Amino acid sequence: MTMRQSIRFVRDGKAVELTDIGPNDTLLDYLRLTEESRGTKEGCAEGDCGACSVAVGAINKNGQLEYQAVNSCIQLLGMLDGKEIITVDDLSRGQEALHPVQDAMVRHHGSQCGFCTPGIVMSLFTLYHKGIKADRQAINNQLAGNLCRCTGYRPIIDAALESCNGSLDDRFVQAYAATTETLNKLDDGQDVFLGTPERFFAAPASIASLAKLYSQHPDAIVVAGATDVGLWITKQLRDLPKIIHLGRVEGLDRVEDNGAELLIGAGATYAQAEDALATIDPDIAEVVRRIGSSQVRASGTIGGNIANGSPIGDSPPLLIALDARLGLEKADSKREIRLEDFFIDYGKQDRQPGEFVSYVKVPKLAKNQFLRSYKISKRFDQDISALLAAFRLTVEHNRITEARIAFGGMAATPKRAAKTEKILVGLDLADQSGWTKAAETLEQDYQPISDMRASKEYRNDVAKGLLLKALHEISHAVSDTASPETRVIGQRNNSLREAV
Amino acid sequence: MLKKIPSPAPALNVGKATKHDSADRHVRGNALYIDDIREPRGTLHLAPGYARESCGKIKSLDLDAVRSAPGVVAVLTASDIPGLNDCSPSFGGDPILADGRIEFHGQVVFAVVARSHLEARKAAKLAHIEVIAETPMVTAEDGLAREASVLPTYEFSRGSPEATIKASPLALSDSFRIGGQEHFYLEGQVSLAIPQDQGEILVHTSTQHPTEIQHLIAKMLKIRDAAVVCECRRMGGAFGGKESQAAQWACLAALASHVTGRPAKMRLDRDDDMIMTGKRHDFRCDWQAGFDETGKISAVEVDFLARCGCSADLSLGVNDRTMFHADNSYYYPENRITSHRIKTNTVSNTAFRGFGGPQGMVFSERMMDAIAIKLGLDPLDVRKTNFYGDSGRDITPFGMKVEDNILEELVGELEQTSDYRKRRQEIQAFNTRSPFLKKGLALNPLKFGISFTLKHLNQAGALVHVYTDGSVQVNHGGTEMGQGLYTKVAQVVAEEFGIDLENVQITATTTDKVPNTAPTAASSGTDLNGMAAKLAAETIKSRLIDLAAKLYQIEKSAISFANNHVQIGQQKIPFAELTQQAFLQRVSLSSTGYYATPNITWDRDSKSGRPFLYFAYGAACAEVTIDTLTGEMVIDRVDILHDVGKSLNPALDIGQIEGGFVQGMGWLTTEELVYDDQGRLRTHAPSTYKIPTASDLPDDFRVKLWDSPGNREDTIYRSKAVGEPPVMLATAVFSAITNAIASLKPGVLPQISAPATPENILAAVKLMKSGD
Ligand SMILES: Cc1cc2nc3c(=O)[nH]c(=O)nc-3n(C[C@H](O)[C@H](O)[C@H](O)COP(=O)(O)OP(=O)(O)OC[C@H]3O[C@@H](n4cnc5c(N)ncnc54)[C@H](O)[C@@H]3O)c2cc1C
Ligand code: FES
Ligand code: FES
Repeated sequence: MTMRQSIRFVRDGKAVELTDIGPNDTLLDYLRLTEESRGTKEGCAEGDCGACSVAVGAINKNGQLEYQAVNSCIQLLGMLDGKEIITVDDLSRGQEALHPVQDAMVRHHGSQCGFCTPGIVMSLFTLYHKGIKADRQAINNQLAGNLCRCTGYRPIIDAALESCNGSLDDRFVQAYAATTETLNKLDDGQDVFLGTPERFFAAPASIASLAKLYSQHPDAIVVAGATDVGLWITKQLRDLPKIIHLGRVEGLDRVEDNGAELLIGAGATYAQAEDALATIDPDIAEVVRRIGSSQVRASGTIGGNIANGSPIGDSPPLLIALDARLGLEKADSKREIRLEDFFIDYGKQDRQPGEFVSYVKVPKLAKNQFLRSYKISKRFDQDISALLAAFRLTVEHNRITEARIAFGGMAATPKRAAKTEKILVGLDLADQSGWTKAAETLEQDYQPISDMRASKEYRNDVAKGLLLKALHEISHAVSDTASPETRVIGQRNNSLREAV
Repeated sequence: MLKKIPSPAPALNVGKATKHDSADRHVRGNALYIDDIREPRGTLHLAPGYARESCGKIKSLDLDAVRSAPGVVAVLTASDIPGLNDCSPSFGGDPILADGRIEFHGQVVFAVVARSHLEARKAAKLAHIEVIAETPMVTAEDGLAREASVLPTYEFSRGSPEATIKASPLALSDSFRIGGQEHFYLEGQVSLAIPQDQGEILVHTSTQHPTEIQHLIAKMLKIRDAAVVCECRRMGGAFGGKESQAAQWACLAALASHVTGRPAKMRLDRDDDMIMTGKRHDFRCDWQAGFDETGKISAVEVDFLARCGCSADLSLGVNDRTMFHADNSYYYPENRITSHRIKTNTVSNTAFRGFGGPQGMVFSERMMDAIAIKLGLDPLDVRKTNFYGDSGRDITPFGMKVEDNILEELVGELEQTSDYRKRRQEIQAFNTRSPFLKKGLALNPLKFGISFTLKHLNQAGALVHVYTDGSVQVNHGGTEMGQGLYTKVAQVVAEEFGIDLENVQITATTTDKVPNTAPTAASSGTDLNGMAAKLAAETIKSRLIDLAAKLYQIEKSAISFANNHVQIGQQKIPFAELTQQAFLQRVSLSSTGYYATPNITWDRDSKSGRPFLYFAYGAACAEVTIDTLTGEMVIDRVDILHDVGKSLNPALDIGQIEGGFVQGMGWLTTEELVYDDQGRLRTHAPSTYKIPTASDLPDDFRVKLWDSPGNREDTIYRSKAVGEPPVMLATAVFSAITNAIASLKPGVLPQISAPATPENILAAVKLMKSGD
């Protein structure tokens, strides 16, 4: 197979080819400094404010052109290979009439200082292109990563309600066919390698090429969505000479429902995986919905969340409670381990040089299994968890026969609560007398630390409160009785009876 | 009784919900901010460097590695400054580059000048700075223990409150904290300096105060003010954070340009911006009050302990304003209000929308809640009982008479439209049946004084040109930060000439058009600059009237301007025809306008006189639900009724109210500044410092302008200032949270400090649940 020594993407309807890019160049710097398209703003350079949002077009699994907003500040330029990039500068050029989203923003007075506005317009542009009639929740989800300090959002939400109404009529829609064709042409299935063996950006096209390249360069940084790695570059100012991007690896982004379990490829983004995950339990959908923002979920992967090894990643504790297994692969060998065994210590995971995460397998819930998961953060949307709790209880005749509890943010790794689990097994859900003792046992399982997100006292108190909450909720679900209200956010649809 | 207000003539432009002048450009992305200006070729870029320590003497400064890093052209230190190394807006103590010692973590010790921004940032990390570290004063208590202050203590007092509280049938005392707040303007600090002919320098700077920056740069470079031009077309948000603290970055850009002879830009990375620039002052507030069984207050004593940071900056005005608003809407028959301006080894705190007022009101509202909880009364009734009233109950703690009080009507209306009483009952019922979730409700008033309390700042200038084609250019000393000032002033000028808004060209604020200006702050932008522009336009208009009267041999009173035409008796000619005539007849079509606010007489030393021209009023009703297992909280509904006098532009005014409220809500809920024990800010990025996002806006949010007969003072078209007051509407959220927690144990005051993060809420809940 031949190797391509360039990256190519679509700008303004035309393919652009670049042969000289640095492995750490960001899309935002390309737009602002190289192209000098300065509509796109930098507000934070760390994926948190959305001012740099642009729309990225790609052909999805159904062969459809799909637009997603991403944070250009932490996208590596090379990651855009094979994509279309649309920025605010492109929506209505010169004297052209405003795009429906822009027009609604003006009429609803959706900008004050205007600095967040280009990002908001692009974020809403992608919502518009979903072709749905967006409600308040859909708009909140789309805008969670677009901070505005001036307006208080009300006029922006009104503009979105009005313009993202299901009608699709802009010149990008008219160009769907042509753009699809151009993008399909760019999709040549070749490995991409730009640079020298000492300093390169690579985007292998197959698992085999990936394994080979990574074994030759075990010191390279593997990049999936760059929602973690991007910040090493823009904030820690680290120089990462060798980048291997996973976005073009055929099959690495697969999401399969095998009946009893889901298989999620390490390259699948949250956006690609969320619908499948949601079928397991509404709490999973809610946790995923609250990971970062739509921009972060459009790029970020569960594989990256796991491989990153952070004690405060949201998906690991959830997946550990579900007893997920992790697929790891390198040149000539594959293995599958229990996800909980992957996390050895702070900053230390069971991953060998040249080995990459290939998938995670997530068992679905049996009829007598109940999942509850809660994300606790200062702000509901787009915030890193102070702690994340996940409980999976197996119940027979009102008695807990198995308990899997995992927390993030309570230890140096995502970790199970072994002692508490033991206490829970055998408890009668109709009898609350043992609950407090179980909750107090959590203090033996975890010795959390204090940081800027929460004190250790708070972490301990909430962990206990969440276990009690889960027990209350599950006991009512088991007995099919009405539960008092237990949540200010993430309400479950309790009409879906969870039968035992 | 309100003074009778003359009913205004029907308006063509003012009062219309005109869109922001830059709205189209905002959405197209072609509104230029300073970083978007195409840099002249060869522009250099700066990045700041600082030490790891928080305070102490600089023992050595090794910049060799910085100098030899790729792309570095120069490294600036204090010794490069030819003139004054200080960018303080007030009493000094703010070195542009630290000289000999550092006073807080993040204080700039050197600045790298490099070919690119990235190269400059990378190089800045390579310095070796050795500091003989001293133990920093981090908290207000640390400063207090060492009797360190940036300014002397200041006090208002009336009667003998201490004795009266002792003698009161009932009394309460309490101590709680009010957190600071990061501005988080979306556009970080940025300035671009471009050398000009004859040693002059042009500085594009994102600032609320171009004049001050002009002066500081001149002093720093030892050149005359006249050789420096500072210009600002728009800011990507400011909120007070670019009033005094935009100066350092502008000075450094100017210094780099002076040293290298090349254009130089300084744009702060977000984390640097949050570490290196000051914030809203955080407070400890100790108070006691005496009252009777109806909740009527007899006397109040309060000590505000403000963490000012390492220098005075604007702390004088900020803390004075806290004192001016410690009464909010309530009459304190006797009082002692004391403000301690404590020095700490943290970044110097500064102006932030409300300028100290919000902290004063958080205190007054907590006191009202505390009294209501103690007495088992509805907090709204306690508030109303203490409202300013008729003669005998209308003098503020600073001696000014409240003459324009509309709170009884305004609050009464909101009480009705928000269904307050009915919802109060529903909430009680909910709390009785709900074991885990609890609801709270509050309706809080606000009264905010308008005028700079530093009297000389209450002045403004404008420059209006009319061109022979009938188009008009307007310029004034106010700056545009998103509030819509440019739009409102253009509306005023269009109104004067009777022309369409499109015919008024708005131009960037620049010190070479209107000199010696005040900062755009204190909500006063429109009051001051709108008046100055109106006066300038009136001057030209009266010349045009004189001319028309002469040309057409007609009474002046028969001449009027409307619909882009001039009515001259029976005859109607296009405005542009008259302006053409003016040129031919050698009549000047250009004028300045100058306005100084009348009727303000505050004298700080004698603590007497009238600091404010008028008060702005408003009220908000908030309903919240808290989770007593986790401390999580949602705001279910908010109703706001706010007084802007006769609105110049209802769309922009509503925008200020909604945006201000949400900003205040963030301050009191999710926005938490965390410092470590060395005084290093741990929350210096949006990943750790959480301002509200779209889902934090309550699902049910109802905002209305109060139907006002107009400001009783003769302000611009009888409007009222609106920039800051709405922030303080958010006290209702804090009170509602207090109310929800209080439901756990009637009669006990929840120990909650601001911000009411989930953690703080849970801690308060825990205290309520434990023991008695
Ligand atoms: C604004 C913002 C908000 C965020 N919010 C959340 C949140 O709410 N919850 C949360 O958990 N996280 C959050 N994150 C962190 C981040 O988005 C997640 O950790 C994400 O899942 C990382 O995925 P990625 O594909 O972007 O990883 P990358 O950044 O591409 O990689 C992360 C790490 O994993 C390694 N890696 C990636 N893929 C593989 C692989 N297949 N094999 C081996 N190594 C691999 C990389 O080398 C790197 O070390 C947030 C980040 C941002 C910027
Ligand atoms: S600049 Fe803030 S998200 Fe990219
Ligand atoms: S309009 Fe200023 S940040 Fe949104």
